[in-house]
Amino acid sequence: MDLNFTKEELSFRDEVRDFFAKNVPAETKKKLTEGRKLEKDDIVNWQRILNKKGWAVYQWPKQYGGTGWTPVQKYIFLEELQRAPAPDPLPFAVSMVGPVIYTFGNEEQKKHFLPRIANLDDWWCQGFSEPGAGSDLAGLSTKAVREGDHWIINGQKTWTTLAQYADWIFVLARTDSKAKKQEGISFILCDMKTPGITVRPIQLIDGGKEVNEVFFDNVKVPYENLVGQENRGWDYAKFLLGNERTGIARVGISKERIRRLKELASLEVSGGKPMMEDARFRAKISQVEIELKALEMTQMRVVAAEGTRRDNKPDPASSILKIKGSEIQQNITDLLMEVVGPFALPFTDEDEAAGSNELPIAPDYAGPLAPIYFNYRKVSIYGGSNEIQKNIIAKAILGL
Amino acid sequence: MDFEFSEEQQLLKDSIEGLLGDKYDFESRKKFLASSDGWSREIWKQYAELGLLGLPFSEEHGGIDGGPVETMIVMSAIGNALALEPYLPTVVLAGGLIRRFGTEAQKNKYLPQIAEGKITGAFAHTERQSRYDLFDVKTTAKPSGNGFTLDGQKGVVLNGEQADFIIVTARVSGGQRDKDGLGLFIVDAKANGVSRRGYRTVDGLTAAEIQLSGVKVDADQVIGKPGTAYPLIEQIVDDGIAALCGEAVGVLSALTEATTDYLRTRKQFGVNIGSFQVLQHRNVEMLIAAEQAKSMAMLATMMVNEPDAVQRRKTMSAAKTQIGRSAQFVGEQAIQLHGGIGMTMELKTGHWFKRATAIDIQFGDADYHLEQFGNMGGFETAAQR
Ligand SMILES: Cc1cc2nc3c(=O)[nH]c(=O)nc-3n(C[C@H](O)[C@H](O)[C@H](O)COP(=O)(O)OP(=O)(O)OC[C@H]3O[C@@H](n4cnc5c(N)ncnc54)[C@H](O)[C@@H]3O)c2cc1C
Ligand SMILES: Cc1cc2nc3c(=O)[nH]c(=O)nc-3n(C[C@H](O)[C@H](O)[C@H](O)COP(=O)(O)OP(=O)(O)OC[C@H]3O[C@@H](n4cnc5c(N)ncnc54)[C@H](O)[C@@H]3O)c2cc1C
Repeated sequence: MDLNFTKEELSFRDEVRDFFAKNVPAETKKKLTEGRKLEKDDIVNWQRILNKKGWAVYQWPKQYGGTGWTPVQKYIFLEELQRAPAPDPLPFAVSMVGPVIYTFGNEEQKKHFLPRIANLDDWWCQGFSEPGAGSDLAGLSTKAVREGDHWIINGQKTWTTLAQYADWIFVLARTDSKAKKQEGISFILCDMKTPGITVRPIQLIDGGKEVNEVFFDNVKVPYENLVGQENRGWDYAKFLLGNERTGIARVGISKERIRRLKELASLEVSGGKPMMEDARFRAKISQVEIELKALEMTQMRVVAAEGTRRDNKPDPASSILKIKGSEIQQNITDLLMEVVGPFALPFTDEDEAAGSNELPIAPDYAGPLAPIYFNYRKVSIYGGSNEIQKNIIAKAILGL
Repeated sequence: MDFEFSEEQQLLKDSIEGLLGDKYDFESRKKFLASSDGWSREIWKQYAELGLLGLPFSEEHGGIDGGPVETMIVMSAIGNALALEPYLPTVVLAGGLIRRFGTEAQKNKYLPQIAEGKITGAFAHTERQSRYDLFDVKTTAKPSGNGFTLDGQKGVVLNGEQADFIIVTARVSGGQRDKDGLGLFIVDAKANGVSRRGYRTVDGLTAAEIQLSGVKVDADQVIGKPGTAYPLIEQIVDDGIAALCGEAVGVLSALTEATTDYLRTRKQFGVNIGSFQVLQHRNVEMLIAAEQAKSMAMLATMMVNEPDAVQRRKTMSAAKTQIGRSAQFVGEQAIQLHGGIGMTMELKTGHWFKRATAIDIQFGDADYHLEQFGNMGGFETAAQR
């Protein structure tokens, strides 16, 4: 057992840390630090900076543009990226559809899409969930029917994150209604400009509009946009969902948020002294820091084990990372809101504030804090809710 | 011991629930929210017709002599409906200060007009640095002419933008964090030197930042004896806390019930999700938390007129702690058990959750009151053996 990084790993860490320090655009970094929403351009620009450096799709195999890094290096990279802070590369493109295409797609698909993903020439969104199919994803009812050399897609997707920016959507659609529900699903790539697709924004409780409903009304898609084999989409979806093993705990982001929390806690006053000197509040920060350190160690154990795993199946221990990571993130948003006391209450509409030169309601850092607390309720719901993750652990680890 | 409502109280409950049930469906509320006031003057008139706006005032001032239980009934219905009108700032806080501590002339001038729905009020106390400490006041009141001149800044003043009159706390003497030296001043919202910047709070209510620059207040607009207002401020904040506890009862029971309804109807894996035991238990825990909050809200209601300030304040802190903890648990779990749909503005659940969050913050969050409660010695004293 050795908990230290090797000398090579340490110098790798310094290299990426230095790169992030010099290359994350200042405005993007500021937004991330303050907890404000990123624009499409923030994410695209950053991805292109990474791509120039050859790091945009660092986790992919080398022949498709990846880096060939070890699991530990990938871990260090992500950790440093989150701590910078820099935007995560668009997950729907880089960690979801990309790996599905290079693992199950045909040569044409690989040649066309993979470089465009690396450079974010195409913005991708994930068309999995439906109104009637959330936790029970295999219960989806969007249909794709083959007509000659086309698919005709009808149905509705929902909670589709950032579909308003998307050029492409990857869709799970039912292609065999008679088969067992997991066995009649196909994985189809769909150009968002295709006639018959309508996007309707959904407003979330923080006031933002990051998710959408996407309607398919007789949408005609070339047959060759099918990935892999017909009716095997469920396997690809499971592969996709299990693919993001590391990074799911978002340890680096939580560390950065704790640094922010301590910064604000030394600015805000309670009982005539800085919040940071309030023993009770400091104990709450300490508690979450300790939990986070434990999670970081757990994550490293999972990462180390990953290097030695032979099968390509997701480690059920990643469910531990998801549960604990989401709880910690939510806990921190709660503490950040608590720091500013009554001044968490004024609501600032970010869109309005951007176009106005009125000063924010003092203090200016308070505006996003309650909305983030509301918004982060999502992290225990999406990507397999925490209840579903516990079901997985009960079954796969405890054997219940 | 009697936890039942009297016949009159039951009537009151039926009438406000009837009004809000009729007029405050989700779609109507959306319209009120989007209007420039952010609430409905039409509904406000109907509150007046039902006597709700004069509820705690004496009959000679246009009221119906209701007590804390009556206020709890109204606030609970407001919480359930998520009504947006400034009942708390106008009737409980600003009206309450005049009702409890105002001169006869002040009562005659303000209370009947409040009861008739003609004017609304606000209580401007919180400042940027004060957090939840009631004595931490920088705004100054300097003697001038026959009255005072006010200078300073107040933050997150509920109904601060639309209020016709604002009751301001200000310091006539002493240091920023002294309990002595505070005064209460009734300021006409249109007075020279008052500037207001209104906004919505995260739960959709309205509030304002208020700047006071050389605002003149006549002697007859002073409440109580200048310099000795601290106990008055404590009392009115306790009234506010009791009312908020009542509102929380409405919010938390609504969240619990809405979640039960959802568990009964939402299907995944071919069954109602309410058939999953883990969700049943979570919903049960929500119910328990809501019931504990309700019990403490009742205790706060019974204690709000207690003259012994330490006994009263201790109870308020205990109640506010319980309410805050329950509000957070019930609110967060309601969202979790609704899944994605709970995250949206399209369901009332998310709006109740946000109101529950704001209730915890107003007049001191659970952690603040936990500390106050401990500092006041708790309920039990150490055994002497
Ligand atoms: C902000 C946000 C962004 C999202 N982005 C995307 C996206 O880009 N693309 C996409 O396809 N989807 C996306 N989703 C959808 C997300 O994956 C689903 O919300 C999630 O799978 C839960 O489904 P549901 O919302 O239908 O809740 P439901 O499945 O109806 O769950 C409701 C409650 O029941 C519980 N539950 C369900 N089944 C069980 C069980 N068997 N045992 C115990 N408890 C259970 C759940 O944990 C939850 O508490 C997003 C969701 C959110 C909130
Ligand atoms: C100190 C003590 C004194 C007692 N005194 C008496 C007495 O005076 N008279 C008497 O008749 N009995 C008595 N009991 C017995 C007591 O009633 C039983 O222990 C109790 O009913 C639980 O049964 P069990 O121990 O067989 O545990 P089990 O029923 O085997 O339960 C084991 C675990 O499974 C859980 N569990 C079981 N069923 C479910 C379910 N459907 N859903 C979810 N979880 C479930 C339980 O909560 C528990 O955590 C006593 C027990 C103790 C420990």
